[in-house]
Amino acid sequence: MNLLETIRIGLRGVGANKLRSGLTVLGILIGVAAVIVLVAVGNGSSQAVTSSIEQLGTNTLTVRHGAFGPGGDGGRTQFKDLTVDDAIALADDVLAPDVKSASPVVSAQAACTYEGTSYSTSITGTWPSYFEASNLRLASGTYFTNDDVTSSRRSVVLGQTVVDELFGTVDPVGKEIVCEGTPFTVLGTLEEKGSSGFQDSDDVIIAPLTTVQGHLTGYSSLDTVLVQAVSGSAVETAESEVYSILDDRHGTTDTASRDYQVLNQASLLSTVEDTNQVFTVLLGAVAAISLLVGGIGITNIMLVTVTERTREIGIRKAIGASKAAIMGQFLVEATVLSIIGGVAGVAVALVVTQFQIAGVTPVIMPISVVGAFAVSVALGLFFGSYPANRAASLRPIEALRHE
Amino acid sequence: MVPVIALRAITKSYGFGETTVHALRGVDLTVERGDYLAIMGHSGSGKSTLMNIIGALDGATTGQYELDGIHIDSLDESALSIVRNRKIGFIFQSFNLIPRTTALANVELPLLYRGVGRKERRDRAAAALASVGLSDRTAHQPNELSGGQQQRVAVARALVAEPSLLLADEPTGNLDSHATSDVLDLMDAMHAEGRTIVMITHEDEVADRADRVITLVDGEISAERWNRR
Ligand SMILES: Nc1ncnc2c1ncn2[C@@H]1O[C@H](COP(=O)(O)OP(=O)(O)OP(=O)(O)O)[C@@H](O)[C@H]1O
Ligand SMILES: [Mg+2]
Repeated sequence: MNLLETIRIGLRGVGANKLRSGLTVLGILIGVAAVIVLVAVGNGSSQAVTSSIEQLGTNTLTVRHGAFGPGGDGGRTQFKDLTVDDAIALADDVLAPDVKSASPVVSAQAACTYEGTSYSTSITGTWPSYFEASNLRLASGTYFTNDDVTSSRRSVVLGQTVVDELFGTVDPVGKEIVCEGTPFTVLGTLEEKGSSGFQDSDDVIIAPLTTVQGHLTGYSSLDTVLVQAVSGSAVETAESEVYSILDDRHGTTDTASRDYQVLNQASLLSTVEDTNQVFTVLLGAVAAISLLVGGIGITNIMLVTVTERTREIGIRKAIGASKAAIMGQFLVEATVLSIIGGVAGVAVALVVTQFQIAGVTPVIMPISVVGAFAVSVALGLFFGSYPANRAASLRPIEALRHE
Repeated sequence: MVPVIALRAITKSYGFGETTVHALRGVDLTVERGDYLAIMGHSGSGKSTLMNIIGALDGATTGQYELDGIHIDSLDESALSIVRNRKIGFIFQSFNLIPRTTALANVELPLLYRGVGRKERRDRAAAALASVGLSDRTAHQPNELSGGQQQRVAVARALVAEPSLLLADEPTGNLDSHATSDVLDLMDAMHAEGRTIVMITHEDEVADRADRVITLVDGEISAERWNRR
């Protein structure tokens, strides 16, 4: 009585009651598919957030104006503005060797029009170094230059969303748009970056700092300074250089009550990744419960099968089937059910994850496919073993007498 | 020569206390190789109980049983399954074929559990079915066969493993006279080949086919006779 024969007998048992086998398979299928899909959704949303943070640049620091410490303004009476001089000081080669560039940033909401089409968006005023630090690449035209900044030329670079809204299919380079009454010449357009989930990073207009200050925001404090470190590994040291330079310039006496804040993209990223991992594990756990329920379905159906086929078991024993042979037969039946369910579940999951789910593009984790499949097979063995053992332990004479 | 069956003071009781049923009250029986024994008796006299003990499907309450010289009382479940597989062929009143399984596959079963290879199993099962005149029904399932045909499949299944002992519990109980004589002819042929047969029956005409007839009354052998050929 070899394994192949046992499997053959088990398969015949599965085929004998197709509806019942089908429903049991369905239970496992749903469980396996749920595990894979939900983990893929968790993973997908995690990757979306991660990549949107990575788009900001993982080797950058954002210096924000204002007090953010636990004590609020902590009794400080004087708030120093974040100034262009601060930005220049941060880019100092001697005091801040790990800082590659520091770009002052101001921004304003503005309604812009092109030949009667109007669109309201935010205009960012900054320096050319901002493009590299924020990882913004040109789709067409050119960036503005330091010269444009010095002479406060009215030139702008447009994000793809703005291009679509104002120009449609027309090539915007060289055209003139009017924002809040001021005409601007379009120098270039940016490559599409895609939506980050929270905001559309293509919905931007970028112009020279001085131009935006002169026409839109005025010369008060900068909103932020975008600091780019020389490399991803230099971010930590760059951060402490930024602190020491700004503490010095702003006369910070107590580090708990600074009038500015430094945001580290990399550490934000790791926080978000941690949160997302918890989220994914939770989704997986919920799905695992449905897999467990599917497993209990196997036990249930196998118990019914064993009861129904008690007489058959008696006949087999009278003919000389050993305990192991009967056990094997029913274990194989249970395992075949769960394997079919597992394979079908993987297939369904692969199809379902081709589509967006709740706005998230699922990203399948190979480990979840292998894991869910392996667990489903193990479920068959585990949940099938009780009914199988019950069948194998029947006394032949009693099984034969069963009506 | 070692007898095929040697029963010594076999008793079997069911239940406890007041409600105890003494199905067998001390049976001594020896069956030699090649014997054809019929067991008769009223309903409830203990015939099936005795048959189940002989077939190692059930254990006796007390007494000793040797089958082909093997002490059956001392064997565990897995050894018993081997004994049933190698030494005994069963024929039941209600046929007891495995449902939704072809005649051929049913006949193959004893060989399957013995570990005989696929090809040899096929050939031997087909030959056994041919010997009971069912070559044209090998692919039929039990519910596609008449009672007489089903019982002939059961005979083929009992034969195929060439057991030392053939046990039949009212094999013709559910058959008409034509099918009855078919099955009895098959048993006669097996007997002629030298096989040992123990058969339970209610009918005198059926018992007349055997060499030797014992009658059970209330769990004891009350009479024994030899038929002259
Ligand atoms: N599992 C059991 N539990 C309790 N009593 C039983 C059991 N099996 C048989 N008996 C009793 O043992 C006695 C003998 O039964 P058995 O089945 O051997 O009779 P039988 O001679 O085969 O009768 P029949 O000709 O009707 O088949 C009967 O009184 C029956 O009620
Ligand atoms: Mg009986």
